[in-house]
Amino acid sequence: MEETTKRELVLHVNGERRSIVTRQAETLLFVLRDGLGLTGAKPGCLNGDCGACTVLVDGTPIKSCMMLAIETVGKEITSIEGLDDAPIQHAFVRHFAFQCGYCTPGFIMNAHALIERHPNADEATIQEWLESNICRCTSYQEIEAAVKEVLEAKKAKPTDP
Amino acid sequence: MVPFDFAYYRPQSIAEATALFAALERDGKRPLYYGGGTEIITLSRLNLVRTAAVIDIKSIPECRALEASADPLVLGAALALGELEEANPFPLLTKAAREVADRTARNQITLGGNICGQIFYRETALPLFVAEADVIIAGPYGIRQCRFLDLFHQQLQLGRGEFVVQFKVDRATATLPHFHRKRRKQGEVGYPLVTIAALKKDGTVRVALSGICPFPFRSADVEAHLNDRNRPVGERIQAAVDAFPRPILHDIEGSADYRLFVAAQLLEDMLRELGDGETV
Amino acid sequence: MAVGKSIIRKEAWDKVTGRAKYTNDFKEQGMLHASLVTSPYAHARILSLEARRALAAPGVHAVVTGEGLPLTGEDMRDRPPIAVDKVRYYGEVVAVVVADTLAQAEQAARLVRVVYEPLPAVGSPREALKEGAPLLHEHLDRYEKNKTTHPEPGTNVAHRTKIRKGNIEQGFAESDVIVETSVSFAPSDHIAMETRCATAEIWPDGTIHISASSQSPFMIKKLLHTYFGEETGKVIVHTPLVGGAYGGKAPVQLELLAYLASKAVGGRKVSVWNSREHDMVTSPVHIGLEATVKIGATKEGLFKAMEILFLFDGGAYSDKAIDVSRAAAVDCTGPYHVENVFCDSLCVYTNRPYATPFRSFGHCEQAFAVERAIDELARTLQLDPWEVRRKNAIRPGHTTPTQVRLTKSNVGNISACLDRLRELMRWDEWQRVEVDAYTVRAKGISSGWKTSTIDTDASSGVILTFNSDGSVNVISGVVEIGTGTKTVLAQIVAERLKMDVDCVHVKMDIDTQTTPEHWKTVASRGTFMAGRAALAAADDAIRQLKDIAACVLRASPDDLEVGFGRVFLRDDPAIFLPIKDIAYGYKFPNGNAIGGQVIGRGRYILRHLTPLDPETGAGKPGPEWGVCAEGVEIEFNRRDYTYRIVKAYAVIDAGKVLNPKAALGQAMGAMSMGLSFSSREGFLFDNEQRVLNPQLRTYRPIRFGEHPEYIVEFVETPQIDAPYGARGIGEHGLIGMPAALANALSLAAGVPLNELPLVPELIWRTQKGDSYGSV
Repeated sequence: MEETTKRELVLHVNGERRSIVTRQAETLLFVLRDGLGLTGAKPGCLNGDCGACTVLVDGTPIKSCMMLAIETVGKEITSIEGLDDAPIQHAFVRHFAFQCGYCTPGFIMNAHALIERHPNADEATIQEWLESNICRCTSYQEIEAAVKEVLEAKKAKPTDP
Repeated sequence: MVPFDFAYYRPQSIAEATALFAALERDGKRPLYYGGGTEIITLSRLNLVRTAAVIDIKSIPECRALEASADPLVLGAALALGELEEANPFPLLTKAAREVADRTARNQITLGGNICGQIFYRETALPLFVAEADVIIAGPYGIRQCRFLDLFHQQLQLGRGEFVVQFKVDRATATLPHFHRKRRKQGEVGYPLVTIAALKKDGTVRVALSGICPFPFRSADVEAHLNDRNRPVGERIQAAVDAFPRPILHDIEGSADYRLFVAAQLLEDMLRELGDGETV
Repeated sequence: MAVGKSIIRKEAWDKVTGRAKYTNDFKEQGMLHASLVTSPYAHARILSLEARRALAAPGVHAVVTGEGLPLTGEDMRDRPPIAVDKVRYYGEVVAVVVADTLAQAEQAARLVRVVYEPLPAVGSPREALKEGAPLLHEHLDRYEKNKTTHPEPGTNVAHRTKIRKGNIEQGFAESDVIVETSVSFAPSDHIAMETRCATAEIWPDGTIHISASSQSPFMIKKLLHTYFGEETGKVIVHTPLVGGAYGGKAPVQLELLAYLASKAVGGRKVSVWNSREHDMVTSPVHIGLEATVKIGATKEGLFKAMEILFLFDGGAYSDKAIDVSRAAAVDCTGPYHVENVFCDSLCVYTNRPYATPFRSFGHCEQAFAVERAIDELARTLQLDPWEVRRKNAIRPGHTTPTQVRLTKSNVGNISACLDRLRELMRWDEWQRVEVDAYTVRAKGISSGWKTSTIDTDASSGVILTFNSDGSVNVISGVVEIGTGTKTVLAQIVAERLKMDVDCVHVKMDIDTQTTPEHWKTVASRGTFMAGRAALAAADDAIRQLKDIAACVLRASPDDLEVGFGRVFLRDDPAIFLPIKDIAYGYKFPNGNAIGGQVIGRGRYILRHLTPLDPETGAGKPGPEWGVCAEGVEIEFNRRDYTYRIVKAYAVIDAGKVLNPKAALGQAMGAMSMGLSFSSREGFLFDNEQRVLNPQLRTYRPIRFGEHPEYIVEFVETPQIDAPYGARGIGEHGLIGMPAALANALSLAAGVPLNELPLVPELIWRTQKGDSYGSV
């Protein structure tokens, strides 16, 4: 492999500056996992179909298998490892909203972004966002309960950001 | 996962992008313009695309333009479908965008990418067909503006080194009564069996379809039949269906005859919803 | 104390923080990566394979091909781990390229040139059984096999199970009506979100270290011995958390490739990780079926005879498909009392991806066929389909198709399940209602049952060790595939030791060198077998704790109790020793010590299981039958043939619910999988039997928002051998879903719908009277 296709990138991941030498054609998912040791984002299809690799880029959920790492230079990347005791994590635990846990990081990141962006999300918005992720263990009813609980709690305390 | 290597460029202006393209092309790099990147990445892993250089157009200000209160509306080709949905400058386009892939994917998939990509459904082209939008194209010979429909024959006819910068949509047209429906084989996510987008201007229905043929289309014949109020609605729809271009898709999403069955029903729904007097 | 509570799974916080690790999350500097070269043909001769260019590519260390390798297969050894001479399914591995990076391996894989000569491909089982159909395995008679496998050389039949109970002619003669129904569906896939992955490394001392996302780490050891003669003691298998399995990770496949790849590069560590596409078609799939069910009944709807033909689409290699076809035969009638049963269940070779267990192990397939037939019978007799099921419900005292006499313990209460289902669904209020000109609502139901046809000598072991604070570690060979079984084991141990479940820790990952064996994490046997072993281990630890405490407290062990972190005198709990002071032996004030470390050991082996009689099927294939009654309510649009699944119901006899929320999750998850399978999943093949939808973009499982409302309840009829009476519940939710959905839609559309998946186009076509085939 030609070394010239590699480049040093400085990424902002979970509030830290991380520098890494990687192929320019490398996806964010592989850089996070293999380069930075952040294996929370999961490869499920590498084709943008399953959502297991979802991370936030400037707060927007992105399928990290479908984005080049080099595209995220200058942006704030948040992976599941960067969530700090978020309400959605508690809700997932309380509602048994996962079993094997493989789709969970992606689902949680997407749900977390939904809650942050659309605290007043209606049914249609919840569905529109969450249909981006496939879960094969649960019935989705558990995930629905978890997400709605957090949204309700947020509505009950509107001043609390 | 792109198994081969390429170099990544992120020009800041149209001129820089086209110059880069020309230089890389000269070097034999077979460069590709890069929008959301989702299709280039998926096709690369399947060995269906190969390039030694990509030129990301997302830092070009014109490509990112979103002028929702201008007339005409200006929609940058590098806007993500998700951004277009949230801003909602053109409601029919919002509806079309909302049915493409899934929400997270749409945070990446761009308007230009959906229309210029290889995956042939190109459903966001439909609203632009019926709104008779203009397309702004940059290339080695500068920038040109044309009627989108004139340049779209099964796919957008771009010259080597050209890329779409923007679409312009007449503001009044963007707010006309419209209809959009996408029917899939099953479920709420996935490629279409049939997608239909229509709007009504001056009592005439304009309609465009995807999923019927291996390309999206708007057909004067189809519209003439649909707008022919001298005939009963059933006949008009049948004539419109008969006038569809060929071949009719017959694949894993659905058979040709089933697609036509679905299309006929959606046309009926469309006529009813857009208030075609005789149909209700 | 702990049993019966919704204890949160032990690894919950690891999973919601991204810290939970799966096989492919363990990366090492210097580890090599493999890419699979697979066949673009479903049936072809390999004329040549040219790997020179691939070998010369950057970073490539080896290209492994199939010459000289032994045949593999659990029941019958018919499968080369890497194809030689011939490929028999689309996606079959023909070479493995090993390189420094995955990208390099994938690049080089594209440089391997294989010349094929296509052969006529065999599609469905019925096609495979036709006179003159191409044979997949010309030398079926030469394959090594176990005693319970009965291939039919000269045909495409890998195995036939025969069930002969009563007198079928007499049964039909006594019937007022005979209804025959045929059903079919193509192979589909498990779609575990974690694709299969295996790494292998061979150390200089000869030990073979495998890491695998597997339900069968202990089987990997055995099979490396069987196939390659490796000493089992030198094979060490590590299995961390597994990202979904559903039966698909029970067979051993990539592990063999990783082992061969490592061997080819001097023992270096090699990772073989499936792409989604390979995971769907190269690795084993969910079995397909063509079946015909003939039911003879009185005009009151009492079953007199059932004649059943199952033609399972085992794909190109038999492996575990034989077992699946046998399991369906064992329970062929469903949970009904039928005196005269005649069933042939064939595992048929086709040029399709080879099949393996799928959650419910042949039972949702069996139920789809028989429960559709029961609805057709009810329609013919103009009887209520619920009544027909209730009238024929099997009870203690009856015998199963393999002639096992049922007792109150070894079978759940299907009548109670049906009764409760009827109430929950408000069955009597309506079964079909036209809401408006186009909208129809309809309900459909299905019963289900299942025993676990596992090896007659399958066993499970548990070790308990103590920490210096008195807390306990549970070490079991059950793989945590998402079912939460390890948490349930902690509950069982906590209950027995009368201890806070927070003080019971579980070792999540498996290391076959230090973890006692659990046969395979399949067949809903985790809680039963490992649970029994855990109870035995707890009792063993209690005995040891009491022995030490007896010395110190100068009391008979018989007068002592263990609980609440102490060993105490039964009649005066104020006299006690904390467990933490004796778990590593007791040290007297003068320095003398007694006892030593307490290590609880427990084991369990199923008793009285027998293979089936090859002519009649008589035999005891499993320990108990769990039962369920399920229903689906749909809203169907008669104009455009679309529908929405509104509600899904299940009433399952759980024996005893050990963890209510976890049990609900298992039931609902299984139901979701069953509805997804029956409403939208299935491989589509072209005429050459190439899979046309090996991607999640075109093979689309159910997504958020497409799910119905789930209503689940449990009946509790204890199985007296099981820990606290608990029956397996991980699979039952799935069993009735395909049939219930098809029954509801058939009622709504007014035509029998006997194919899966039930997409609107199928309903449209069936109503038009067209045959529906793949495009």
